[in-house]
Amino acid sequence: MLAKIGRRMLTVIPTIIGVVIVTFLLTRVLPGDPAIYFAGPAATPQSIADIRKSLGLDRPLPVQFVRYVEDLVHGDLGNSLSTGQPVVTELASRLPASAELTLLALAVAMAVAVPLGILAAVRQGSWIDHACRVIATAGVSLPVFFTGLLFVYVFYFLLGWAPAPIGRLDVFYAPPTDYTGFYLIDGLIDLDAETIWAALKQLFLPALTLAVFALAPIARMTRASMLALLTSDFVRTARASGLDNRTVILTYAFRNAMLPVITTLGMVFSFLLGANVLVEKVFAWPGVGSYAVEALIASDFAPVQGFVLTMAILYVVLNLAIDMLYGVIDPRVRLEG
Amino acid sequence: MKDAATIASPAPSVPAAAPASNSLWRHGRHVMAENPVTGIAFALFVLIALAALVGPHVVPYDPLASDVAAKLQPPSPAHWFGTDQLGRDIFSRVVTATRLDFIIAVTSVALVLAGGGLAGIAAGYFGGWTDRIVSRVADTIMAFPLFVLAMGIVAALGNTVTNIVIATAIINFPLYARVARAEANVRREAGFVLAARLSGNGELRILLTQILPNIMPIMMVQISLTMGYAILNAAGLSFIGLGVRPPTPEWGIMVAEGAANIISGEWWIALFPGAALMLAVFCFNLLGDGLRDLVDPQRRT
Repeated sequence: MLAKIGRRMLTVIPTIIGVVIVTFLLTRVLPGDPAIYFAGPAATPQSIADIRKSLGLDRPLPVQFVRYVEDLVHGDLGNSLSTGQPVVTELASRLPASAELTLLALAVAMAVAVPLGILAAVRQGSWIDHACRVIATAGVSLPVFFTGLLFVYVFYFLLGWAPAPIGRLDVFYAPPTDYTGFYLIDGLIDLDAETIWAALKQLFLPALTLAVFALAPIARMTRASMLALLTSDFVRTARASGLDNRTVILTYAFRNAMLPVITTLGMVFSFLLGANVLVEKVFAWPGVGSYAVEALIASDFAPVQGFVLTMAILYVVLNLAIDMLYGVIDPRVRLEG
Repeated sequence: MKDAATIASPAPSVPAAAPASNSLWRHGRHVMAENPVTGIAFALFVLIALAALVGPHVVPYDPLASDVAAKLQPPSPAHWFGTDQLGRDIFSRVVTATRLDFIIAVTSVALVLAGGGLAGIAAGYFGGWTDRIVSRVADTIMAFPLFVLAMGIVAALGNTVTNIVIATAIINFPLYARVARAEANVRREAGFVLAARLSGNGELRILLTQILPNIMPIMMVQISLTMGYAILNAAGLSFIGLGVRPPTPEWGIMVAEGAANIISGEWWIALFPGAALMLAVFCFNLLGDGLRDLVDPQRRT
């Protein structure tokens, strides 16, 4: 088992190499002078020349690449121009905010989409099936920043249920003690119900926005794979053996139907990590996405490059985790290798 | 499953083109009649195309003219969609923006069709090193969250509309390359290809005159399915402030401009461009599903 996990982890290496090469190429080979990008909009010829020298841009490309990789290995993604801070520290301090939002959204999406998909498949052709189809088509057509704004209008302006979309906590609250950076978990550790409630209120709308977006592919996939399984031989046998409907659907069909759903999660994560940027902008969420957007607007290139690389590596690791999960759910994958 | 479907459906041969197009038309009407949603999507598509074509000439107001005296007005008979914070007519701006959004989506899809489609065909037909290189490039692009990669590309190439088009094309590359590769691979040893080879045609000629026309229907479906995604992607990039500069009317940037007013209750500034964007994407997605039914009846849902 361990050897197998090890072997699977090795297959990630070529992907990581590809990702690093692409992020390197993004800055060095494309038209334009990277020294000018890194120097920022207010640069003088002298400062550009200095930066070119300090970044080693006057050297041949392979030498530059080796240097870039060396810096990466030491955890150096360069410094942000606008704040002067190392990009790594800023990304690390903002990552929990993004992760908390994305994971909560994914949990909500799964909690709604999986039962919806199952019901749609079990009662094929009923109103719930049609609802599932409408949601699945609408979910992929809705621009996530637009849904976010609609929710703000309805839940904040019209109904007054949600707080103003300005970050992770209302200004009147102090953030909880920093253990993990996840406000909900930190609040739990301190047993601070008030902070948890305040953080949840702020999280509600952005998480809902992202969840609506992630719901569509999950519901569609659950429905399709449940439909395929409900007509399969072993489900027919189970029914013929007199097992009750609940056992047949939940134990026999559902566990097998989850496999393609888990696979879809990889694609869902790709969408979520991108949509996260837009949602963070709408809700002024202090995560890595809004950090990258601010840097983009200020033509501050190092944070953008660091952000792209971090997201790509995170995505590769998530896909790896999904593969492992697949092995846990499906014993056949585990045995055959 | 898709491969099996394409093997089963015989590839239309070139001489039979005239009766085939006639039966395709009848088949199309049949699909429309069976699925009215596709008909509605097609009507919507005609409307969008019309707006892109003549929109800028028929709008009631100049989309750039500001009128501070009439700013932030809710929808009224004079201003159907209301006015924004500079008093510009939102209806005129939404209609005018259709052309730019349409051009961005169409050019990026055309670009990726040429680049990704040809690379994929070559990979599927020749195999070997061509295949390995194309597949590796596609895998590497897929290793990134696509929107994030698009942000990085626009940041590196420079903040212009052209680069939004290029970035959108690049992130769609794996989709096109993979479909084209699979389709070309299936037809590599097909009878008509063998016949063409036997009559002395060069490999490149076979690729362009035999394989390419035969996989075009499948690629058309792919175009329609990715068109909506291309529009969403481009609008997302301009929403975060990339590419399109104000005061240019474009749906994504108009939603961004209206975002601040949502909190104070002026919903119309963001709603109408957002709804236009949503309708366009919805239309292309439905059209893609309908087109898939038309081209590949076995995969009909």
